[in-house]
Amino acid sequence: MDNTLSKLLQDFPILDQKVNDERLVYLDNAATAQRPNQVIEALTHFYQTDNANVHRGVHTLAERATADYEAARRKVQKFIHAPEPEEVIFTKGCTDGLNLVASTYGEANVSAGDEIVISIMEHHSNLIPWQQLAIRKGATLKYIHLTDDGELDLEEAKQLITDKTKIVAVAHASNVMGTVNPIKQLAKLAHQHGAVFVGDGAQAVPHMAVDVQDLDVDFYAFSGHKMMGPTGIGILYGKRELLEAMPPYQYGGEMIGFVHQQESTWAELPYKFEAGTQNIAGAVGLGAAVDYLTGIGMSVVRAHEQELVNYLLPKMEAIDGVQVYGPQDPAKHTGVIAFNLENLHPHDVATALDMEGVAVRAGHHCAQPLMEYLGLTATARASLYLYNTQADADRLLVALQETKEFFNHGSRETK
Amino acid sequence: MGLEKLNSLYREVILDHSDHPHHKHALPDATHKITLKNPTCGDVINLDIQLDDQDRISDIGFTGDGCTISQSSASMMTDAVMGKSKDEALNMAKTFSDMVIGKKHPQKDLDELQDAAILSNIMTFPARIKCATLSWWALQRALLKQPDGNVDDSEKEE
Ligand SMILES: Cc1ncc(COP(=O)(O)O)c(C=O)c1O
Repeated sequence: MDNTLSKLLQDFPILDQKVNDERLVYLDNAATAQRPNQVIEALTHFYQTDNANVHRGVHTLAERATADYEAARRKVQKFIHAPEPEEVIFTKGCTDGLNLVASTYGEANVSAGDEIVISIMEHHSNLIPWQQLAIRKGATLKYIHLTDDGELDLEEAKQLITDKTKIVAVAHASNVMGTVNPIKQLAKLAHQHGAVFVGDGAQAVPHMAVDVQDLDVDFYAFSGHKMMGPTGIGILYGKRELLEAMPPYQYGGEMIGFVHQQESTWAELPYKFEAGTQNIAGAVGLGAAVDYLTGIGMSVVRAHEQELVNYLLPKMEAIDGVQVYGPQDPAKHTGVIAFNLENLHPHDVATALDMEGVAVRAGHHCAQPLMEYLGLTATARASLYLYNTQADADRLLVALQETKEFFNHGSRETK
Repeated sequence: MGLEKLNSLYREVILDHSDHPHHKHALPDATHKITLKNPTCGDVINLDIQLDDQDRISDIGFTGDGCTISQSSASMMTDAVMGKSKDEALNMAKTFSDMVIGKKHPQKDLDELQDAAILSNIMTFPARIKCATLSWWALQRALLKQPDGNVDDSEKEE
Protein backbone atom coordinates (compact mmCIF):
# COMPACT_ATOMS: atom_id res chain seq x y z
CA MET A 1 0.00 0.00 0.00
CA ASP A 2 1.51 3.32 -0.97
CA ASN A 3 1.86 6.27 1.34
CA THR A 4 -1.22 8.25 0.40
CA LEU A 5 -3.41 5.26 1.03
CA SER A 6 -1.91 4.25 4.34
CA LYS A 7 -2.53 7.78 5.60
CA LEU A 8 -6.17 7.42 4.61
CA LEU A 9 -6.99 5.14 7.47
CA GLN A 10 -6.99 8.04 9.89
CA ASP A 11 -9.94 9.51 7.97
CA PHE A 12 -12.07 6.55 9.04
CA PRO A 13 -12.35 6.48 12.83
CA ILE A 14 -15.00 3.75 12.59
CA LEU A 15 -12.35 1.34 11.35
CA ASP A 16 -10.26 1.94 14.44
CA GLN A 17 -12.23 -0.23 16.83
CA LYS A 18 -12.39 -3.72 18.21
CA VAL A 19 -15.19 -6.10 17.44
CA ASN A 20 -15.39 -9.21 19.58
CA ASP A 21 -12.01 -8.25 21.04
CA GLU A 22 -10.31 -8.21 17.64
CA ARG A 23 -9.35 -5.29 15.42
CA LEU A 24 -12.25 -4.72 13.05
CA VAL A 25 -11.62 -5.81 9.47
CA TYR A 26 -14.47 -4.39 7.45
CA LEU A 27 -15.03 -6.44 4.30
CA ASP A 28 -18.67 -5.66 3.60
CA ASN A 29 -18.10 -2.68 1.34
CA ALA A 30 -20.36 -3.95 -1.42
CA ALA A 31 -23.25 -3.60 1.03
CA THR A 32 -22.21 -0.16 2.18
CA ALA A 33 -18.88 1.65 2.49
CA GLN A 34 -17.67 3.62 5.49
CA ARG A 35 -17.66 7.44 5.47
CA PRO A 36 -14.48 9.46 5.94
CA ASN A 37 -14.40 12.37 8.38
CA GLN A 38 -14.54 14.73 5.40
CA VAL A 39 -18.03 13.51 4.52
CA ILE A 40 -19.24 13.53 8.11
CA GLU A 41 -17.88 17.05 8.54
CA ALA A 42 -19.58 18.25 5.37
CA LEU A 43 -22.90 17.05 6.78
CA THR A 44 -22.27 18.70 10.12
CA HIS A 45 -21.15 21.91 8.50
CA PHE A 46 -24.23 22.03 6.32
CA TYR A 47 -26.58 21.53 9.24
CA GLN A 48 -24.68 23.95 11.47
CA THR A 49 -24.34 26.80 9.01
CA ASP A 50 -26.31 26.56 5.75
CA ASN A 51 -29.41 24.47 6.34
CA ALA A 52 -32.58 25.70 4.64
CA ASN A 53 -34.91 24.39 1.99
CA VAL A 54 -33.62 24.79 -1.55
CA HIS A 55 -35.13 26.70 -4.47
CA ARG A 56 -37.65 28.25 -2.11
CA GLY A 57 -37.52 31.64 -0.55
CA VAL A 58 -35.08 34.41 -1.08
CA HIS A 59 -33.34 34.58 2.24
CA THR A 60 -29.62 34.07 2.57
CA LEU A 61 -29.63 30.60 4.04
CA ALA A 62 -31.98 29.38 1.32
CA GLU A 63 -29.56 30.73 -1.24
CA ARG A 64 -26.59 29.10 0.42
CA ALA A 65 -28.33 25.76 0.76
CA THR A 66 -29.35 25.95 -2.90
CA ALA A 67 -25.79 26.75 -3.92
CA ASP A 68 -24.46 23.79 -1.88
CA TYR A 69 -27.04 21.45 -3.38
CA GLU A 70 -26.33 22.53 -6.95
CA ALA A 71 -22.57 22.45 -6.38
CA ALA A 72 -22.93 18.82 -5.34
CA ARG A 73 -24.81 18.08 -8.56
CA ARG A 74 -22.00 19.59 -10.63
CA LYS A 75 -19.39 17.59 -8.73
CA VAL A 76 -21.21 14.40 -9.60
CA GLN A 77 -21.65 15.55 -13.19
CA LYS A 78 -17.89 15.98 -13.56
CA PHE A 79 -17.20 12.75 -11.71
CA ILE A 80 -19.15 10.65 -14.20
CA HIS A 81 -18.43 13.02 -17.08
CA ALA A 82 -22.08 13.77 -17.84
CA PRO A 83 -22.52 16.47 -20.49
CA GLU A 84 -24.80 18.72 -18.42
CA PRO A 85 -25.81 19.08 -14.75
CA GLU A 86 -29.50 18.91 -15.74
CA GLU A 87 -28.96 15.28 -16.71
CA VAL A 88 -27.91 14.40 -13.16
CA ILE A 89 -30.97 13.70 -11.00
CA PHE A 90 -30.84 13.22 -7.26
CA THR A 91 -32.66 10.10 -6.11
CA LYS A 92 -32.91 8.09 -2.90
CA GLY A 93 -30.42 5.59 -4.27
CA CYS A 94 -29.75 3.16 -7.07
CA THR A 95 -33.00 1.25 -6.52
CA ASP A 96 -34.99 4.46 -6.71
CA GLY A 97 -33.26 5.50 -9.94
CA LEU A 98 -33.91 2.17 -11.66
CA ASN A 99 -37.55 2.21 -10.58
CA LEU A 100 -37.81 5.73 -11.92
CA VAL A 101 -36.69 4.62 -15.38
CA ALA A 102 -38.92 1.54 -15.39
CA SER A 103 -42.03 3.40 -14.32
CA THR A 104 -41.58 6.46 -16.53
CA TYR A 105 -39.56 5.61 -19.63
CA GLY A 106 -40.60 1.97 -19.44
CA GLU A 107 -44.25 2.70 -18.88
CA ALA A 108 -44.32 5.06 -21.86
CA ASN A 109 -42.24 3.01 -24.32
CA VAL A 110 -42.81 -0.70 -23.71
CA SER A 111 -45.88 -2.44 -25.13
CA ALA A 112 -47.24 -5.94 -25.54
CA GLY A 113 -44.90 -8.15 -27.56
CA ASP A 114 -41.83 -6.02 -26.86
CA GLU A 115 -38.77 -7.45 -25.16
CA ILE A 116 -36.60 -6.33 -22.27
CA VAL A 117 -33.14 -7.89 -21.93
CA ILE A 118 -31.29 -8.09 -18.62
CA SER A 119 -28.65 -10.47 -17.27
CA ILE A 120 -28.91 -13.39 -14.87
CA MET A 121 -26.47 -11.69 -12.50
CA GLU A 122 -28.67 -8.66 -11.81
CA HIS A 123 -29.36 -7.42 -8.32
CA HIS A 124 -33.09 -7.55 -7.52
CA SER A 125 -33.10 -3.75 -7.93
CA ASN A 126 -32.27 -4.09 -11.60
CA LEU A 127 -34.50 -7.10 -12.10
CA ILE A 128 -37.88 -6.73 -10.41
CA PRO A 129 -38.67 -3.28 -11.88
CA TRP A 130 -38.24 -4.81 -15.38
CA GLN A 131 -39.99 -8.04 -14.50
CA GLN A 132 -43.02 -6.16 -13.20
CA LEU A 133 -42.98 -3.76 -16.14
CA ALA A 134 -42.97 -6.76 -18.48
CA ILE A 135 -45.92 -8.28 -16.60
CA ARG A 136 -47.88 -5.02 -16.72
CA LYS A 137 -47.28 -4.58 -20.43
CA GLY A 138 -47.40 -8.15 -21.67
CA ALA A 139 -43.76 -7.81 -22.72
CA THR A 140 -41.13 -10.56 -22.46
CA LEU A 141 -38.16 -10.43 -20.10
CA LYS A 142 -35.06 -12.19 -21.41
CA TYR A 143 -31.86 -13.09 -19.60
CA ILE A 144 -28.26 -13.07 -20.77
CA HIS A 145 -26.44 -15.92 -19.01
CA LEU A 146 -22.81 -16.52 -18.08
CA THR A 147 -19.79 -18.17 -19.62
CA ASP A 148 -18.03 -20.95 -17.74
CA ASP A 149 -15.70 -18.40 -16.23
CA GLY A 150 -18.55 -16.43 -14.69
CA GLU A 151 -18.52 -13.63 -17.23
CA LEU A 152 -21.44 -12.28 -19.18
CA ASP A 153 -21.99 -14.25 -22.38
CA LEU A 154 -21.65 -11.60 -25.08
CA GLU A 155 -22.43 -14.07 -27.85
CA GLU A 156 -25.75 -14.84 -26.23
CA ALA A 157 -26.37 -11.12 -25.78
CA LYS A 158 -25.96 -10.65 -29.53
CA GLN A 159 -28.64 -13.28 -30.14
CA LEU A 160 -31.04 -11.91 -27.54
CA ILE A 161 -30.91 -8.23 -28.43
CA THR A 162 -33.09 -7.79 -31.51
CA ASP A 163 -35.39 -5.25 -33.08
CA LYS A 164 -38.05 -6.37 -30.60
CA THR A 165 -35.86 -5.21 -27.71
CA LYS A 166 -36.90 -1.91 -26.15
CA ILE A 167 -34.67 -1.85 -23.06
CA VAL A 168 -31.39 -3.52 -22.15
CA ALA A 169 -30.50 -3.20 -18.45
CA VAL A 170 -27.29 -4.67 -17.03
CA ALA A 171 -25.02 -4.08 -14.04
CA HIS A 172 -21.73 -2.37 -14.82
CA ALA A 173 -20.11 -4.48 -12.10
CA SER A 174 -21.66 -7.50 -10.40
CA ASN A 175 -22.27 -7.50 -6.65
CA VAL A 176 -21.71 -11.28 -6.54
CA MET A 177 -19.54 -12.50 -9.40
CA GLY A 178 -16.86 -9.84 -9.10
CA THR A 179 -17.02 -9.17 -12.84
CA VAL A 180 -17.04 -5.95 -14.80
CA ASN A 181 -19.51 -6.23 -17.66
CA PRO A 182 -18.84 -4.88 -21.17
CA ILE A 183 -21.64 -2.33 -20.97
CA LYS A 184 -20.17 -0.13 -23.66
CA GLN A 185 -20.60 -2.98 -26.12
CA LEU A 186 -24.05 -3.78 -24.77
CA ALA A 187 -25.13 -0.14 -25.15
CA LYS A 188 -23.91 -0.22 -28.72
CA LEU A 189 -25.81 -3.42 -29.42
CA ALA A 190 -28.94 -1.93 -27.88
CA HIS A 191 -28.61 1.19 -30.01
CA GLN A 192 -28.14 -0.83 -33.19
CA HIS A 193 -31.61 -2.24 -32.55
CA GLY A 194 -33.24 1.00 -31.46
CA ALA A 195 -33.31 0.07 -27.77
CA VAL A 196 -32.06 2.10 -24.81
CA PHE A 197 -29.39 0.90 -22.42
CA VAL A 198 -29.75 1.24 -18.63
CA GLY A 199 -26.60 0.73 -16.56
CA ASP A 200 -26.66 -0.23 -12.88
CA GLY A 201 -23.53 1.44 -11.59
CA ALA A 202 -23.95 0.64 -7.88
CA GLN A 203 -20.80 -1.51 -7.74
CA ALA A 204 -18.84 0.36 -10.41
CA VAL A 205 -18.88 4.09 -9.63
CA PRO A 206 -17.31 3.63 -6.16
CA HIS A 207 -14.41 1.61 -7.56
CA MET A 208 -13.43 2.81 -11.03
CA ALA A 209 -13.51 5.85 -13.29
CA VAL A 210 -16.87 5.96 -15.05
CA ASP A 211 -17.49 8.08 -18.13
CA VAL A 212 -21.14 7.96 -19.16
CA GLN A 213 -20.40 9.64 -22.49
CA ASP A 214 -17.70 7.21 -23.42
CA LEU A 215 -19.92 4.29 -22.40
CA ASP A 216 -22.77 5.93 -24.31
CA VAL A 217 -25.33 4.66 -21.80
CA ASP A 218 -28.81 6.18 -21.95
CA PHE A 219 -29.49 5.87 -18.24
CA TYR A 220 -27.13 5.07 -15.40
CA ALA A 221 -28.03 4.72 -11.70
CA PHE A 222 -25.95 4.43 -8.54
CA SER A 223 -26.04 4.97 -4.77
CA GLY A 224 -24.15 7.43 -2.60
CA HIS A 225 -23.64 5.11 0.35
CA LYS A 226 -21.48 2.62 -1.51
CA MET A 227 -19.05 5.40 -2.48
CA MET A 228 -18.61 6.80 1.03
CA GLY A 229 -21.51 9.23 0.83
CA PRO A 230 -24.56 9.20 3.08
CA THR A 231 -27.45 6.74 2.81
CA GLY A 232 -30.67 7.89 1.19
CA ILE A 233 -29.01 9.72 -1.69
CA GLY A 234 -28.23 8.46 -5.15
CA ILE A 235 -27.97 9.54 -8.74
CA LEU A 236 -29.77 8.82 -11.94
CA TYR A 237 -28.01 10.03 -15.04
CA GLY A 238 -30.12 10.19 -18.20
CA LYS A 239 -29.65 11.65 -21.65
CA ARG A 240 -31.43 14.97 -21.92
CA GLU A 241 -33.69 14.16 -24.85
CA LEU A 242 -34.92 11.00 -23.14
CA LEU A 243 -35.51 12.70 -19.79
CA GLU A 244 -37.38 15.52 -21.47
CA ALA A 245 -39.72 13.18 -23.28
CA MET A 246 -40.48 11.13 -20.17
CA PRO A 247 -43.47 11.69 -17.89
CA PRO A 248 -42.65 12.67 -14.28
CA TYR A 249 -42.06 9.99 -11.64
CA GLN A 250 -43.78 11.62 -8.68
CA TYR A 251 -45.93 14.68 -8.34
CA GLY A 252 -45.82 17.45 -5.77
CA GLY A 253 -43.84 20.50 -4.81
CA GLU A 254 -40.68 21.56 -6.63
CA MET A 255 -41.36 19.60 -9.81
CA ILE A 256 -44.04 21.86 -11.29
CA GLY A 257 -44.18 24.67 -13.80
CA PHE A 258 -47.74 25.93 -13.34
CA VAL A 259 -50.49 24.27 -11.41
CA HIS A 260 -54.11 24.98 -12.25
CA GLN A 261 -57.17 23.37 -10.80
CA GLN A 262 -57.52 20.79 -13.56
CA GLU A 263 -54.04 20.57 -15.09
CA SER A 264 -50.35 21.25 -14.49
CA THR A 265 -47.11 21.71 -16.35
CA TRP A 266 -43.76 20.39 -15.24
CA ALA A 267 -40.54 22.03 -14.17
CA GLU A 268 -37.44 21.93 -16.31
CA LEU A 269 -34.81 19.24 -15.84
CA PRO A 270 -33.65 18.05 -13.42
CA TYR A 271 -36.40 19.33 -11.11
CA LYS A 272 -39.13 17.57 -13.03
CA PHE A 273 -37.82 14.39 -11.39
CA GLU A 274 -37.14 15.82 -7.94
CA ALA A 275 -40.59 16.08 -6.40
CA GLY A 276 -40.84 17.22 -2.80
CA THR A 277 -38.09 18.29 -0.43
CA GLN A 278 -35.00 16.33 -1.36
CA ASN A 279 -32.25 14.85 0.80
CA ILE A 280 -30.32 18.11 0.64
CA ALA A 281 -27.71 17.29 3.25
CA GLY A 282 -27.32 13.88 1.63
CA ALA A 283 -26.50 15.55 -1.67
CA VAL A 284 -23.95 17.77 0.05
CA GLY A 285 -22.42 14.70 1.70
CA LEU A 286 -22.27 12.92 -1.63
CA GLY A 287 -20.50 15.94 -3.08
CA ALA A 288 -17.93 15.64 -0.31
CA ALA A 289 -17.50 11.94 -1.06
CA VAL A 290 -16.89 12.78 -4.71
CA ASP A 291 -14.27 15.33 -3.64
CA TYR A 292 -12.65 12.73 -1.44
CA LEU A 293 -12.48 10.11 -4.18
CA THR A 294 -11.35 12.65 -6.76
CA GLY A 295 -8.59 13.77 -4.41
CA ILE A 296 -7.24 10.23 -4.32
CA GLY A 297 -7.95 9.49 -7.96
CA MET A 298 -10.12 6.67 -9.22
CA SER A 299 -7.21 5.05 -11.00
CA VAL A 300 -5.40 4.83 -7.67
CA VAL A 301 -8.50 3.32 -6.03
CA ARG A 302 -8.81 0.76 -8.79
CA ALA A 303 -5.12 -0.11 -8.79
CA HIS A 304 -5.10 -0.57 -5.03
CA GLU A 305 -8.10 -2.89 -5.09
CA GLN A 306 -6.63 -4.83 -7.98
CA GLU A 307 -3.38 -5.29 -6.09
CA LEU A 308 -5.28 -6.60 -3.07
CA VAL A 309 -7.32 -8.99 -5.21
CA ASN A 310 -4.12 -10.24 -6.88
CA TYR A 311 -2.82 -11.01 -3.43
CA LEU A 312 -5.97 -12.39 -1.82
CA LEU A 313 -7.76 -14.38 -4.50
CA PRO A 314 -5.10 -17.03 -5.22
CA LYS A 315 -4.52 -17.48 -1.49
CA MET A 316 -8.23 -18.01 -0.87
CA GLU A 317 -8.45 -20.48 -3.71
CA ALA A 318 -5.47 -22.32 -2.31
CA ILE A 319 -7.26 -23.07 0.97
CA ASP A 320 -8.57 -26.57 0.69
CA GLY A 321 -12.37 -26.54 0.68
CA VAL A 322 -12.77 -22.89 -0.29
CA GLN A 323 -14.77 -22.34 -3.45
CA VAL A 324 -14.57 -18.88 -5.01
CA TYR A 325 -17.23 -17.86 -7.54
CA GLY A 326 -16.73 -15.71 -10.60
CA PRO A 327 -13.55 -15.44 -12.67
CA GLN A 328 -10.57 -17.32 -11.25
CA ASP A 329 -8.19 -14.91 -12.93
CA PRO A 330 -7.53 -12.06 -10.44
CA ALA A 331 -7.08 -9.60 -13.29
CA LYS A 332 -10.73 -10.11 -14.21
CA HIS A 333 -12.02 -10.00 -10.65
CA THR A 334 -13.15 -6.86 -8.81
CA GLY A 335 -12.86 -6.50 -5.05
CA VAL A 336 -16.13 -8.42 -4.64
CA ILE A 337 -15.35 -12.03 -3.78
CA ALA A 338 -18.19 -14.48 -3.21
CA PHE A 339 -17.14 -17.82 -1.76
CA ASN A 340 -18.17 -20.85 0.24
CA LEU A 341 -16.43 -23.22 2.59
CA GLU A 342 -17.09 -26.85 1.80
CA ASN A 343 -19.82 -28.46 3.91
CA LEU A 344 -20.44 -25.23 5.77
CA HIS A 345 -23.35 -22.90 5.46
CA PRO A 346 -22.26 -19.29 4.74
CA HIS A 347 -24.23 -18.06 7.75
CA ASP A 348 -22.11 -20.19 10.02
CA VAL A 349 -18.99 -18.96 8.24
CA ALA A 350 -20.01 -15.31 8.63
CA THR A 351 -20.72 -15.76 12.33
CA ALA A 352 -17.35 -17.42 12.82
CA LEU A 353 -15.53 -14.68 10.91
CA ASP A 354 -17.36 -12.05 12.93
CA MET A 355 -16.03 -13.65 16.10
CA GLU A 356 -12.60 -12.92 14.59
CA GLY A 357 -13.56 -9.31 13.95
CA VAL A 358 -13.90 -9.87 10.20
CA ALA A 359 -17.13 -8.47 8.76
CA VAL A 360 -18.41 -10.25 5.65
CA ARG A 361 -21.86 -10.81 4.29
CA ALA A 362 -23.70 -14.08 3.89
CA GLY A 363 -26.86 -14.71 1.94
CA HIS A 364 -28.23 -14.52 -1.56
CA HIS A 365 -27.01 -10.93 -2.04
CA CYS A 366 -30.34 -9.86 -3.53
CA ALA A 367 -29.62 -12.00 -6.55
CA GLN A 368 -31.84 -15.04 -6.11
CA PRO A 369 -32.14 -15.86 -9.84
CA LEU A 370 -28.33 -15.89 -10.03
CA MET A 371 -28.08 -18.17 -7.00
CA GLU A 372 -30.59 -20.53 -8.53
CA TYR A 373 -28.72 -20.47 -11.83
CA LEU A 374 -25.47 -21.31 -10.05
CA GLY A 375 -27.23 -24.02 -8.04
CA LEU A 376 -26.56 -22.32 -4.72
CA THR A 377 -28.79 -21.15 -1.91
CA ALA A 378 -26.32 -18.67 -0.52
CA THR A 379 -22.68 -17.64 -0.38
CA ALA A 380 -20.41 -15.65 1.87
CA ARG A 381 -18.96 -12.50 0.32
CA ALA A 382 -15.92 -10.41 1.16
CA SER A 383 -15.76 -7.04 -0.58
CA LEU A 384 -12.82 -4.65 -0.50
CA TYR A 385 -12.40 -0.91 -0.65
CA LEU A 386 -9.55 1.50 -0.78
CA TYR A 387 -8.92 1.51 2.99
CA ASN A 388 -8.47 -2.25 3.16
CA THR A 389 -4.90 -3.47 3.49
CA GLN A 390 -2.87 -6.57 2.94
CA ALA A 391 -3.05 -7.07 6.70
CA ASP A 392 -6.85 -7.21 6.36
CA ALA A 393 -6.52 -9.82 3.64
CA ASP A 394 -4.24 -11.87 5.88
CA ARG A 395 -6.73 -11.64 8.74
CA LEU A 396 -9.44 -13.01 6.47
CA LEU A 397 -7.21 -15.86 5.35
CA VAL A 398 -6.30 -16.83 8.91
CA ALA A 399 -9.90 -16.56 10.05
CA LEU A 400 -11.05 -18.79 7.19
CA GLN A 401 -8.49 -21.40 8.13
CA GLU A 402 -9.56 -21.29 11.76
CA THR A 403 -13.23 -21.45 10.89
CA LYS A 404 -12.56 -24.54 8.87
CA GLU A 405 -10.68 -26.14 11.71
CA PHE A 406 -13.33 -25.23 14.27
CA PHE A 407 -16.09 -26.90 12.35
CA ASN A 408 -14.03 -29.90 11.33
CA HIS A 409 -13.26 -30.67 14.90
CA GLY A 410 -14.33 -33.79 16.86
CA SER A 411 -18.07 -33.96 16.62
CA ARG A 412 -18.02 -32.71 13.05
CA GLU A 413 -16.42 -35.88 11.77
CA THR A 414 -19.10 -37.54 9.76
CA LYS A 415 -19.60 -41.19 10.34
CA MET B 1 -8.59 -16.56 19.94
CA GLY B 2 -11.94 -15.15 18.85
CA LEU B 3 -13.29 -18.48 17.77
CA GLU B 4 -13.48 -19.78 21.32
CA LYS B 5 -16.59 -17.70 21.72
CA LEU B 6 -18.12 -19.82 19.04
CA ASN B 7 -18.26 -22.69 21.48
CA SER B 8 -21.08 -20.99 23.32
CA LEU B 9 -23.17 -21.05 20.16
CA TYR B 10 -22.03 -24.23 18.49
CA ARG B 11 -22.37 -26.52 21.49
CA GLU B 12 -21.69 -30.20 21.08
CA VAL B 13 -25.43 -30.98 21.18
CA ILE B 14 -26.11 -28.49 18.42
CA LEU B 15 -23.38 -29.83 16.19
CA ASP B 16 -24.60 -33.39 16.80
CA HIS B 17 -28.09 -32.50 15.73
CA SER B 18 -26.90 -30.69 12.60
CA ASP B 19 -24.57 -33.53 11.65
CA HIS B 20 -27.19 -36.18 12.25
CA PRO B 21 -30.57 -34.49 12.18
CA HIS B 22 -33.50 -36.43 13.61
CA HIS B 23 -36.70 -36.88 11.60
CA LYS B 24 -35.14 -35.47 8.48
CA HIS B 25 -37.43 -37.01 5.93
CA ALA B 26 -40.67 -36.17 4.20
CA LEU B 27 -44.07 -37.59 5.21
CA PRO B 28 -45.84 -37.69 1.88
CA ASP B 29 -49.30 -38.21 3.36
CA ALA B 30 -49.03 -35.84 6.30
CA THR B 31 -52.15 -34.00 7.47
CA HIS B 32 -50.28 -30.69 7.77
CA LYS B 33 -47.57 -29.47 5.42
CA ILE B 34 -45.76 -26.21 5.02
CA THR B 35 -42.78 -24.73 3.19
CA LEU B 36 -41.18 -21.73 4.77
CA LYS B 37 -38.36 -19.60 3.45
CA ASN B 38 -35.92 -17.46 5.35
CA PRO B 39 -35.64 -14.53 2.94
CA THR B 40 -32.35 -13.34 4.40
CA CYS B 41 -30.40 -16.33 3.23
CA GLY B 42 -32.75 -18.29 1.02
CA ASP B 43 -32.88 -21.27 3.39
CA VAL B 44 -35.95 -23.41 3.01
CA ILE B 45 -37.69 -25.77 5.38
CA ASN B 46 -40.44 -28.20 4.42
CA LEU B 47 -42.26 -29.44 7.48
CA ASP B 48 -44.71 -32.34 7.46
CA ILE B 49 -46.87 -33.11 10.48
CA GLN B 50 -49.21 -36.02 11.05
CA LEU B 51 -51.97 -35.27 13.56
CA ASP B 52 -54.01 -38.24 14.83
CA ASP B 53 -57.72 -38.06 15.57
CA GLN B 54 -57.03 -36.69 19.05
CA ASP B 55 -55.01 -33.84 17.54
CA ARG B 56 -51.73 -35.33 18.71
CA ILE B 57 -48.57 -35.22 16.69
CA SER B 58 -48.12 -38.86 15.80
CA ASP B 59 -45.34 -38.21 13.32
CA ILE B 60 -43.27 -35.29 12.12
CA GLY B 61 -40.51 -34.81 9.55
CA PHE B 62 -38.61 -32.05 7.82
CA THR B 63 -36.50 -31.57 4.72
CA GLY B 64 -34.61 -28.63 3.26
CA ASP B 65 -31.30 -26.83 3.35
CA GLY B 66 -29.95 -24.62 6.01
CA CYS B 67 -27.16 -23.58 8.28
CA THR B 68 -26.00 -25.50 11.32
CA ILE B 69 -28.33 -23.55 13.56
CA SER B 70 -31.46 -23.94 11.47
CA GLN B 71 -30.86 -27.64 10.84
CA SER B 72 -30.17 -28.50 14.44
CA SER B 73 -33.04 -26.37 15.64
CA ALA B 74 -35.42 -28.22 13.33
CA SER B 75 -34.06 -31.54 14.54
CA MET B 76 -34.45 -30.59 18.20
CA MET B 77 -37.91 -29.20 17.57
CA THR B 78 -39.15 -32.44 16.02
CA ASP B 79 -37.80 -34.40 19.00
CA ALA B 80 -39.52 -32.08 21.43
CA VAL B 81 -42.99 -31.98 19.90
CA MET B 82 -43.31 -35.64 18.91
CA GLY B 83 -46.34 -37.07 20.70
CA LYS B 84 -47.55 -33.70 21.96
CA SER B 85 -51.02 -32.36 21.43
CA LYS B 86 -51.52 -29.52 19.04
CA ASP B 87 -52.03 -27.04 21.89
CA GLU B 88 -48.97 -28.24 23.76
CA ALA B 89 -46.89 -27.88 20.62
CA LEU B 90 -48.17 -24.37 20.02
CA ASN B 91 -47.31 -23.43 23.59
CA MET B 92 -43.83 -24.80 23.11
CA ALA B 93 -43.41 -22.74 19.95
CA LYS B 94 -44.41 -19.69 21.95
CA THR B 95 -41.94 -20.54 24.71
CA PHE B 96 -39.19 -20.97 22.16
CA SER B 97 -39.86 -17.69 20.37
CA ASP B 98 -39.93 -15.88 23.71
CA MET B 99 -36.80 -17.59 24.96
CA VAL B 100 -34.63 -16.58 22.02
CA ILE B 101 -35.46 -12.92 22.50
CA GLY B 102 -34.77 -13.10 26.20
CA LYS B 103 -38.33 -13.19 27.61
CA LYS B 104 -38.55 -15.13 30.82
CA HIS B 105 -40.51 -18.37 31.14
CA PRO B 106 -40.84 -20.77 34.10
CA GLN B 107 -38.16 -23.46 34.11
CA LYS B 108 -40.73 -26.17 33.50
CA ASP B 109 -41.67 -24.57 30.17
CA LEU B 110 -38.02 -24.57 29.17
CA ASP B 111 -37.63 -28.19 30.25
CA GLU B 112 -40.45 -29.09 27.90
CA LEU B 113 -38.27 -27.94 25.02
CA GLN B 114 -35.69 -30.62 25.83
CA ASP B 115 -32.47 -30.12 23.81
CA ALA B 116 -33.96 -27.12 22.06
CA ALA B 117 -33.66 -25.10 25.29
CA ILE B 118 -29.93 -24.94 24.67
CA LEU B 119 -30.58 -22.45 21.89
CA SER B 120 -31.29 -19.72 24.45
CA ASN B 121 -27.65 -18.80 23.79
CA ILE B 122 -28.64 -17.57 20.37
CA MET B 123 -29.72 -14.35 22.06
CA THR B 124 -26.12 -13.19 22.04
CA PHE B 125 -25.99 -13.69 18.25
CA PRO B 126 -28.95 -11.55 17.18
CA ALA B 127 -28.25 -12.03 13.48
CA ARG B 128 -28.86 -15.75 13.91
CA ILE B 129 -32.15 -15.71 15.84
CA LYS B 130 -34.10 -16.17 12.64
CA CYS B 131 -32.13 -19.29 11.79
CA ALA B 132 -33.17 -20.81 15.10
CA THR B 133 -36.82 -19.83 14.94
CA LEU B 134 -37.55 -20.84 11.36
CA SER B 135 -38.61 -24.40 12.16
CA TRP B 136 -40.71 -23.33 15.16
CA TRP B 137 -42.44 -20.77 12.98
CA ALA B 138 -43.13 -23.47 10.47
CA LEU B 139 -44.60 -25.64 13.21
CA GLN B 140 -46.83 -22.86 14.41
CA ARG B 141 -48.02 -21.90 10.97
CA ALA B 142 -48.62 -25.46 9.87
CA LEU B 143 -50.68 -26.21 12.98
CA LEU B 144 -52.63 -22.99 12.66
CA LYS B 145 -52.93 -23.58 8.94
CA GLN B 146 -51.53 -20.31 7.74
CA PRO B 147 -49.56 -21.67 4.88
CA ASP B 148 -48.08 -18.50 3.49
CA GLY B 149 -44.53 -18.08 2.34
CA ASN B 150 -42.09 -15.98 4.26
CA VAL B 151 -40.88 -15.29 7.72
CA ASP B 152 -42.29 -11.83 8.31
CA ASP B 153 -39.40 -9.73 9.47
CA SER B 154 -37.27 -9.99 6.40
CA GLU B 155 -34.19 -7.83 6.22
CA LYS B 156 -33.20 -5.59 3.40
CA GLU B 157 -29.99 -6.52 1.69
CA GLU B 158 -27.74 -4.50 -0.37
C1 LIG C 1 -25.45 -4.14 -8.30
C2 LIG C 1 -26.38 -3.44 -7.38
N1 LIG C 1 -27.46 -2.81 -7.86
C3 LIG C 1 -28.31 -2.15 -7.08
C4 LIG C 1 -28.13 -2.06 -5.72
C5 LIG C 1 -29.15 -1.34 -4.91
O1 LIG C 1 -28.62 -0.26 -4.22
P1 LIG C 1 -29.46 0.50 -3.11
O2 LIG C 1 -29.94 -0.53 -2.14
O3 LIG C 1 -28.49 1.45 -2.51
O4 LIG C 1 -30.60 1.19 -3.80
C6 LIG C 1 -27.02 -2.71 -5.17
C7 LIG C 1 -26.70 -2.71 -3.76
O5 LIG C 1 -27.39 -2.87 -2.84
C8 LIG C 1 -26.14 -3.41 -6.01
O6 LIG C 1 -25.07 -4.05 -5.52
